[in-house]
Amino acid sequence: MLLDVQNLSKRFEAVTILDGVSLSLAIGESVALTGESGSGKSTLLHIIAGLEPADGGEVTVDGIALSTLKDAGRARLRRDDIGIVFQQFNLIPSLNIAQNLLFQARLAGRDANLSALAEQLGLSEHLSKYPEQLSGGQQQRVAIGRAIAARPKLVLADEPTGNLDETTGDAVFDLLLQSAKETGAGLLIVTHSERLASRSNRRLHLRQGRIQQ
Amino acid sequence: MNAKAFLFVFAVAFLPFLASAQGFAGLGQSSDGFALPDPDTRFSFPDDHGPHPNFRIEWWYVTANLRDKDGVDYGVQWTLFRNAMTPSGTDADQIWMGHAAVSGPDGHYFDERFSRGGSGTAGVSSEPFEAFIDEWVMTGSDPNNVRLHAQGSDFSYDLSLQASNEFVPQGANGFSAKSHEGLASHYYSQPFYKISGTVILPSGEISVTGRGWLDREWSSQPLSPTQTGWDWISLHLDGGDKMMGYRLRDETGPAYTVGTWISRDGTPTPFVPGELTMTPIEWASVADRDVPVGWRVTLPKRDLAIQVEAIYPQSWMSTAVPYWEGPVSFDGTHKGIGYLEMTGYE
Amino acid sequence: MTAAALHALLSHWRRKPFQLVTLVLGLALATALWAGVQAINAEARKSYDDAANVLGGSQVIVDSAGAQIAPDAYATLRRNGWKVSPIVDGWVAGSEGRVRLLGIDPLTLSPGTPTRGALEDIELTDFLGSQGRILTSPATATRLENFGARVQKVEGLAPGLALVDLSGAAALLEQSGYDRLELDPEQPLSQTPLKEIAPSLIIKAPDSAGDLARLTDSFHLNLTAFGLLSFAVGLFIVNGAVGLAFEQRRPVFRTLRALGVPARNLVFLLVVELLILALIAGAIGVVLGYFIAAFLLPDVAATLRGLYGATIDGALTLSPLWWLSGLAIAILGTALAALTHLVQVARLKPLAAAQPRAWALASESVMRMQLIVATLCLATSLFAGLVGGGLVGGFVLLAGLLLTAALALPTALSIILRGAERLSRGVLSEWFWADTRQQLPGLSLALMALLLALAANIGVGTMVGSFRLTFTGWLDQRLASELYVTAESEAEVTDLIAFLEPRTDAILPIWHTDAEVLGAPAEIYGIVDHPTYRENWPLLSALPNVWDRIAIGEGALINEQLGRREDIAPGDVIAMPGGWETEVLGVYSDYGNPMGQVILPTSTLTTRYSDIDRTDFGLRVSRGNVDAVRTSLTEDFGLPAENIIDQASIKSFSIDVFDRTFAVSAALNVLTLAVAGFAILTSLLTIAAMRLPQLAPIWALGIPRHILARAELIRALILAAVTFVLAVPVGLLLAWVLLAVINVEAFGWRLPMHFFPADWAWLALLSLLAAGLASLWPARRLATRPPADLIRVFSHER
Repeated sequence: MLLDVQNLSKRFEAVTILDGVSLSLAIGESVALTGESGSGKSTLLHIIAGLEPADGGEVTVDGIALSTLKDAGRARLRRDDIGIVFQQFNLIPSLNIAQNLLFQARLAGRDANLSALAEQLGLSEHLSKYPEQLSGGQQQRVAIGRAIAARPKLVLADEPTGNLDETTGDAVFDLLLQSAKETGAGLLIVTHSERLASRSNRRLHLRQGRIQQ
Repeated sequence: MNAKAFLFVFAVAFLPFLASAQGFAGLGQSSDGFALPDPDTRFSFPDDHGPHPNFRIEWWYVTANLRDKDGVDYGVQWTLFRNAMTPSGTDADQIWMGHAAVSGPDGHYFDERFSRGGSGTAGVSSEPFEAFIDEWVMTGSDPNNVRLHAQGSDFSYDLSLQASNEFVPQGANGFSAKSHEGLASHYYSQPFYKISGTVILPSGEISVTGRGWLDREWSSQPLSPTQTGWDWISLHLDGGDKMMGYRLRDETGPAYTVGTWISRDGTPTPFVPGELTMTPIEWASVADRDVPVGWRVTLPKRDLAIQVEAIYPQSWMSTAVPYWEGPVSFDGTHKGIGYLEMTGYE
Repeated sequence: MTAAALHALLSHWRRKPFQLVTLVLGLALATALWAGVQAINAEARKSYDDAANVLGGSQVIVDSAGAQIAPDAYATLRRNGWKVSPIVDGWVAGSEGRVRLLGIDPLTLSPGTPTRGALEDIELTDFLGSQGRILTSPATATRLENFGARVQKVEGLAPGLALVDLSGAAALLEQSGYDRLELDPEQPLSQTPLKEIAPSLIIKAPDSAGDLARLTDSFHLNLTAFGLLSFAVGLFIVNGAVGLAFEQRRPVFRTLRALGVPARNLVFLLVVELLILALIAGAIGVVLGYFIAAFLLPDVAATLRGLYGATIDGALTLSPLWWLSGLAIAILGTALAALTHLVQVARLKPLAAAQPRAWALASESVMRMQLIVATLCLATSLFAGLVGGGLVGGFVLLAGLLLTAALALPTALSIILRGAERLSRGVLSEWFWADTRQQLPGLSLALMALLLALAANIGVGTMVGSFRLTFTGWLDQRLASELYVTAESEAEVTDLIAFLEPRTDAILPIWHTDAEVLGAPAEIYGIVDHPTYRENWPLLSALPNVWDRIAIGEGALINEQLGRREDIAPGDVIAMPGGWETEVLGVYSDYGNPMGQVILPTSTLTTRYSDIDRTDFGLRVSRGNVDAVRTSLTEDFGLPAENIIDQASIKSFSIDVFDRTFAVSAALNVLTLAVAGFAILTSLLTIAAMRLPQLAPIWALGIPRHILARAELIRALILAAVTFVLAVPVGLLLAWVLLAVINVEAFGWRLPMHFFPADWAWLALLSLLAAGLASLWPARRLATRPPADLIRVFSHER
């Protein structure tokens, strides 16, 4: 199992955000996690990415339990094995598109074919531009490109289309699905759109901190 | 006119930059080391026209009643004071002060000069006669025949003074007592000047003629501490006689009033103290103070009862020590013109 | 509504008290430096005015040839209707140095003059006469203790001045004539024309005050320039603090606008808020400025006395106008700093999406603009310095060069950082350089401030150091005699020489007289032929055989000041007072002397001039004999100890004066650097708030916070280091302008330039320390930031 989440719980002061969440994800599988605003889906994703600690339960990524790692270890795990796409501010504003695309791959010490990647993402003309010069959809494509360029085992996406209009959002979502499939990575997408969620292999619904199959 | 000694002592003490209550303490309060007036001394001319540096204080004092061709009255004052800082008699220890003024219908114009002895800017020589401070001069062969000049930034006069009479000793053969305690001065006058010349005022140059009066006095004794000021008159009576009188005010008792009747031939008759009376009857506000500018003057022995009136009541001298000095006219049993000086109205 | 809106705006400060402190402190510091310098200038000017009033605010009559006026001539003038008052003007030796002695005649002095006002409480009998009182200000009285009870303290007299009666001055200065006659503004109706009674006398406007003002102008211009520099540096802080306050309150502004507060009202509220803050900060700043001024004033006073002989009081008296101008400058500074931010608020659209500011894009055009302005500045300053000339031209050159350097700094840094980025391997270092370059626009103001502060430090330090090095070397040359003695009177001189002859190797007369040379006051010295001069005298340029010709009584030497002022070189002929001419054989350096100086062979001096001070001598004594000669002079000959000075004490005294002279520059340097450090801190804090969206992705991609924090620290250090490296040539250029342009214009001497790399190392360390300290706190905040703060960037609008 690429990703195994067991009985995860998270409280924020008096509010229970996650209440015994368990899920798993296989290599090459794409899972959409839906839920209402405030249902805890982003928090779940952040805990899986090692960005936030959980109060209870365990996350195991490619056989490594996150609870056994310190901050630096979790950062290394993220760098080497996880690609992340957020709703916004994914890119490093001081670097150009080419540098952004290759950033994580180079951090992880892996080679990437820039021109092929850019071709695939439709960004060939924009490589020397800076993030602020691109539209929102183009920026998200760069974020996706960066996430898969490093060929991670697991790709996490948190509302990747949340800031985009429907047409652009659909295209970005498809690109994400397709890219993950091509690299064989497992993909967990948090989205509030049931329509988009239906395009994934499997759907999970989060309500009041619990998974509802 | 010992009262003027008082004026001068304090004039120096109260130089504006030296305004201190003590003033010229070492100088004004005692006569230690200075020569004292002596009743047996007799005048010797021309030497006595010159300075007497062994005495503390001395002055050459001219007042003049003048008229232009339209009969307008003018008063002129020319004064040179000498004050010794020490009894050494040296030039360097003398301080000289000059006052000059013209009173006229347009106002009272005056100036004041100071000089240190030995600087060549003030002094007196007896023969030929010259008294000067800066460009102000009283000069001629002798004091009976002099040119009188003084000027300020807004006035000037140049007058010729002639007299043929002898100089008139005041008091007892020139020994003039100032109080019952015996303070005194040497004092002579020339009250018979005939004058012609010009006065320059902001309104223009004016030809004038008239009469003048010289007072020469030297002493070392100040007034008694309780004497607060004086009122002094010199009168040219229409008949040709002259009269001088003064009243020394005393804060502890009645004023000391004396004077001299000078007949038209120059014979002086001094008054017994109290024989002359001087009573203020009219006051005017001058330079923010009340000053008596009208006087009733009586001398029963000569059947004299007159009202003396200032011709220009605003004849105020805003000098280092301020005082009133200006021409007067009088009416009553006798008529004529003269000069009035009043000090201590501060 | 307005009250509620105001409350919403002000609540920000309650939550961020540190920002409030930064803003107020920055503004207060800027105001303080400015107001302090202004206070010093005002105090000095007032002292000159006091002196000018006492020394003759009215017209004076002087001898056209510079001779003294005989008392007879004075009497002639008075007797011809001229109301004039004689003045004797000279220097008297006090127990603690020279004091200017003014002999006056209170009897003829015009009643309107301040001098007579100063005499108000003095008794005339105490003052008049050759043994009369000596009146001085309480401070100056301590320098005249050798006159005992004769000295009377008078408040309100100009410092460094003693008033005495004319006869007292004549006795003390041993002169019978008068130096000038003061003309009473009120003159009588008629007077004989001056040319008929005293053809050699002329009326002229009083110039002593003008001289002093002109001489010291350069110093005050210097101080003002420092004040402006400090204020400019302070403005960077204010800009940073105001920027931070606006940046962080953007959401509040947007909400208020969305809730229907018109843009105009919002701007008005912000203006009111800033005005209140500016007033508070201005008041604090003015008070701080008072303390700065009070702290620096004694050194300034020492400077002015040492360099120009101008005396100012050590105490501060400040006018309401000064307080008001301090507040005004605070408000002006705030307005300058807040203008662009206010315009942004006015243009803010209530519902516009929150976009991160397009730093990079904006910075390109801003940098281009700065470069254009820098080029203009450079052209202007070069034009002013090279074509305009003069002291003001020199300062324009200086200011222009500094401004050019500051404006060109962001571009230079950008090029350097781009180069580093190209050269860098590894993805992280690549990001580091790119990111550093991206921070430039936000940091450039603070870095410009740092550049200015560093360049000023290096420039002024180099000038002062060069000056000191030259000065000490020059002192060694100039003070070749081991002992310097002054006879009590001219009558004693023969005995003194006879006494010294068997006890010394040589007795060198240092006779002199004061006169007007080529229209300005100057000193004329006489020297004899002696190896002491041949070997030591600091000649800058000279004709061949200069000393041989001096030895046979030919020619003259002049000091550099006189040479530069009148454009005289060796070989030229100089017109001397008294109507004769002589050839200039050499020019020598004469640092610290405001006046021109001519050295003649002693034989020439004595034949040409009658009024000579012949009481000073230099003595050559073998090293070991100095104390013995000194002791026998006091004990056997009976010369007062204060009439004997040895070389070592003059040197230490001179160097002490020198060091105190430049203590002010050093203090202002440190203050400016501190302000620049503070500017960096506020800029970093401002940027820190905007940094999160830039740093969060890196963190999310697997770079731990502590590494990011370390990068922030290193970035500040690198920027400071690069700025320092760039500041070195700018500072040296500044030093060159100070030494070769400003000094020549202001003082009349040019100094060789020396380099002090050790000082630079210290300064480099200091600037790194400042930048390091300034970045430490923001970096630490980043390292300990909760992850939630970083995550929030990705999912919420700011």
